[in-house]
Amino acid sequence: MSLNALTKVELTLGQKIASINWGLVLLLSATTSFGLLVLYSLAGGATDTWVMKQSIRFALGFSAMIIIALIDIRIWLNLAYVGYGVALVLLVAVDAVGFTSMGAQRWIDIGVISLQPSEMMKVALVLALARYFHEHTLEEAQRIRWLMVPAAMVLAPAALVLVQPDLGTAALLLLAGATLCFLAGVRLWIFGLLFALAAASVPFGWQFLHDYQKDRILTFLDPERDPLGAGYHILQSKIALGAGGIFGRGFREGTQSHLSFLPEMQTDFIFTTLAEEFGMVGGLSLLGLYCCILAYGMAIALRSRNHFGRLVAMGIGTTFFCYVFINIAMVTGLLPVVGVPLPLISYGGTAMVTLLAGFGLVISVYVHRDIRIPRRPGGPVS
Amino acid sequence: MKRETGRYKTFTRRSAMLVGGQGLLLSALVGRLYYLQVVRSEEYRMLADENRISLRLLAPPRGLIVDRYGQVVAGNMQNYRVLLVPEQAKRTGEKLTVSADRTLVVLSKLIPLDDFQRQKVLREVGRKREFVPINVAENLTWEDFSRINVHAPDLPGILPDVGETRQYPLGPILAHVVGYVAPVADTDTIDDPLLELPGFRIGRSGVERKADRTLRGKAGSSHVEVNAHGRVIRELKRVAGHPGREVTITIDAQLQEFATNRMGAESAGAAVIDISNGDVLALVSTPSFDPTQFAFGLSRDEWNTLVNNPRKPLLNKAVTGQYPPGSTFKMMVALAALENGAIHTGHRVFCPGHTVLGDRKFHCWKKGGHGELTLTEGIEQSCDVFFYDVARRVGIDKIAEMATRFGLGSTPDLGLGTERPGLIPTADWKFKRTGERWQAGETLVAGIGQGFILTTPLQLAAMTGMVANGGIRITPRLIVPPDEAERASVRPDLVLDPEADPRSLKISAGSMAAVREGMVRVVNSARGTAYAARIRDKGFEMAGKSGTAQVRGISVAERDEGLPAIDTIPWEQRDHALFVGFAPMAAPRYACAVVVEHGGGGSSVSGPMVRDILLQVQKLDSGRKLRRQVADVAPPKG
Repeated sequence: MSLNALTKVELTLGQKIASINWGLVLLLSATTSFGLLVLYSLAGGATDTWVMKQSIRFALGFSAMIIIALIDIRIWLNLAYVGYGVALVLLVAVDAVGFTSMGAQRWIDIGVISLQPSEMMKVALVLALARYFHEHTLEEAQRIRWLMVPAAMVLAPAALVLVQPDLGTAALLLLAGATLCFLAGVRLWIFGLLFALAAASVPFGWQFLHDYQKDRILTFLDPERDPLGAGYHILQSKIALGAGGIFGRGFREGTQSHLSFLPEMQTDFIFTTLAEEFGMVGGLSLLGLYCCILAYGMAIALRSRNHFGRLVAMGIGTTFFCYVFINIAMVTGLLPVVGVPLPLISYGGTAMVTLLAGFGLVISVYVHRDIRIPRRPGGPVS
Repeated sequence: MKRETGRYKTFTRRSAMLVGGQGLLLSALVGRLYYLQVVRSEEYRMLADENRISLRLLAPPRGLIVDRYGQVVAGNMQNYRVLLVPEQAKRTGEKLTVSADRTLVVLSKLIPLDDFQRQKVLREVGRKREFVPINVAENLTWEDFSRINVHAPDLPGILPDVGETRQYPLGPILAHVVGYVAPVADTDTIDDPLLELPGFRIGRSGVERKADRTLRGKAGSSHVEVNAHGRVIRELKRVAGHPGREVTITIDAQLQEFATNRMGAESAGAAVIDISNGDVLALVSTPSFDPTQFAFGLSRDEWNTLVNNPRKPLLNKAVTGQYPPGSTFKMMVALAALENGAIHTGHRVFCPGHTVLGDRKFHCWKKGGHGELTLTEGIEQSCDVFFYDVARRVGIDKIAEMATRFGLGSTPDLGLGTERPGLIPTADWKFKRTGERWQAGETLVAGIGQGFILTTPLQLAAMTGMVANGGIRITPRLIVPPDEAERASVRPDLVLDPEADPRSLKISAGSMAAVREGMVRVVNSARGTAYAARIRDKGFEMAGKSGTAQVRGISVAERDEGLPAIDTIPWEQRDHALFVGFAPMAAPRYACAVVVEHGGGGSSVSGPMVRDILLQVQKLDSGRKLRRQVADVAPPKG
């Protein structure tokens, strides 16, 4: 049976391409196009401001996605720890040599391109944890002593990102780590305990926050606290959303964004412009696209015959969901302002490439869905 | 295999939980969007409009002030100025100030613009946002202005602009009446959004202040769309305002100019009144100031010069200056005595040059005395001893009562805000004021218009008018109500009937006739004090009364040695020269009073002034009945 299974799933390149989940690819492209439309409006009808660059990034990310999807899932399993290690080293390096952009040390300049290791880490962490839980049994995952390693794997990069300081990415890393632990079968009471501990340490952790982070949280709790200062972003954002109404003010008719009342309108707050110009109909359409993408990721996870693939697909899917939720909750005033972009829509290269690379892995999971992978290299296929 | 199944089961179960959780969170987002975009949509739509729509006020042109014939005495002058919009001067890849400076250098070849001004503009360029226009130069001549327009293509960022400033064609001649406008001060209550406009000016004194609301008009507004930096994107709506309304004053600008020039360099106040309706035809105060300067703001030096001038150019002497009336008060004393039966028209007094009361000696102005005089002769020759006697007979309170009937001691209301009441003393008043009893000697002094008594030129003109019109109350007015403005120049035929008129002062015709006869003789009898100042033109003759008011006591020694020549006394110690008169003598129409501060003799200094003014007003009257007749003629130079 095991021999049979192994031979059955060795695929040719043609077979692989044929089995790519083109529905998901289409959805991702459609969502990105929606984003390009909004960027086109924001630039006042110009394509050279943002649209061209963003398209090029999408093309790059798209190519990466297809290449990643075609690479055997077992190679990704083998590379998981190495990738994680590299990302972690780069994160340490960024504190040492990284330059400050937008008030935070997030970038590292490696000559030709600027790299954001924290973005790399988002994918690397999912892969590394997926491999770890793939190689451990359910019983092991339910024991505390086996949880020390994954806990360290999550906390180390999260801490490094937090000091940059990048609250948004730190939260995303923690959430991705927790998701994988949860899916692997870690006992629920541990999550309860961690949650309680986190809640208890809030007053303690408060003093380690930067002033602007404190400001954002205070502003979140009371948006009218400083309507022209820290509260300005979220207030103007809500005005834009509300003014959009059900059907929106029309393509390229959003006064809030076109008259520069909206902050960072092409990046983190792009949803506001979208919902101002296309209204609630537009906002819900985007959410619909996202739900479809999530559903694909979910289906792919359940369809995979290897645990690593399941965990990767579900982990990437959930990370994607976290992006969506945190960003929209943030611009609608449900969460404090943290720097999380709206996936596939916000202007910015790194997040786009990271997400597409992540979905490349998800598609790879789909392409190699029938491959069974032993828990240990050379071990029996379980 | 079993293990693998357990793992898969757990994974599936937990995935389901995860998806459930995600579903819940997504529902929360949908709910939030519904709340913001449907439930509170209208409110946010309004806030968005508030964000982007900004209301700009458009200043209405200020109303004109015209004289009774429609001649403009306060108008608006086009103010040609140049503005610089830095962002339009900017060349790509160049610093803003560098671009602006290049434009200014080109500009300085066309209009006078020194380095200092250029630096000032450049500092402002650095300070303000790049699309805010900056004032480069104001009050350009038409030639300079058109030159800039011609060279506009070489002057990127330069914006020629026409504004408005207040202009006073008569300049100092009518400064105290028309007043002036000045920038809004911090102390002004902002009850009109117009006041917040940069550079807006409000009426600060005179008619400009009194009629400010009428003149100001109502602001128009422009609704413009602005972006978050305040830059105007486009105009959405424009609401026209109302320009300020015209205000007509009773002044005759030509007479005003004539009278002012006649005062010459003297420090003087004068008023001319139409005795039929109280219209103030001229209200002069010299020296004066230039009201146009106030609109631009005075420098500290200019201000100090005005304030420290001993002849007080800022003071409106015609209504604010309070002077002892001197002998011009004798009509009041005579009327009080006649009406109260203290004397009759045939009363005679012998003047030996002085009179004695207790141990004090009261002198007549004529050292040798006048001999025996009747009432008309007493007025004619202004005999002090005669009026000492009359005053003693009637008493201070009766004199005060009569003076009050003629409007002395109460504030006339011209709307200028600077009118003063003067002072008519009574025994009660003195007791309340000083705690001392009224002395009989003070009644004698009051009899010749000295002592506590104070009057303003306007009051004296009105008083004279009431004597002339047979005792009908005159309420002086300066601002013509809007509904009468068109008729302001038309003089109704004068029908004065003191018996029937409701404004009658209830003074017997006989008493009035006796006093008027005295005033006629002052000017027209060879023995009258102002015979030299008579009007020789047939039918234009005037009647009047001189007055010389001491501003210091005369010592016994001085009186014995003979009074010093006037040019040997310091200016501040010289007597005030007064004269009141009315004309034409036969059918009185105009009354005039002139007070020359420290001018010396009333009959010799002020008399000729009143003569010339009264002659001029009669000559101007004929044939000038049409309004706007002179409005098209170029206004006289201020």
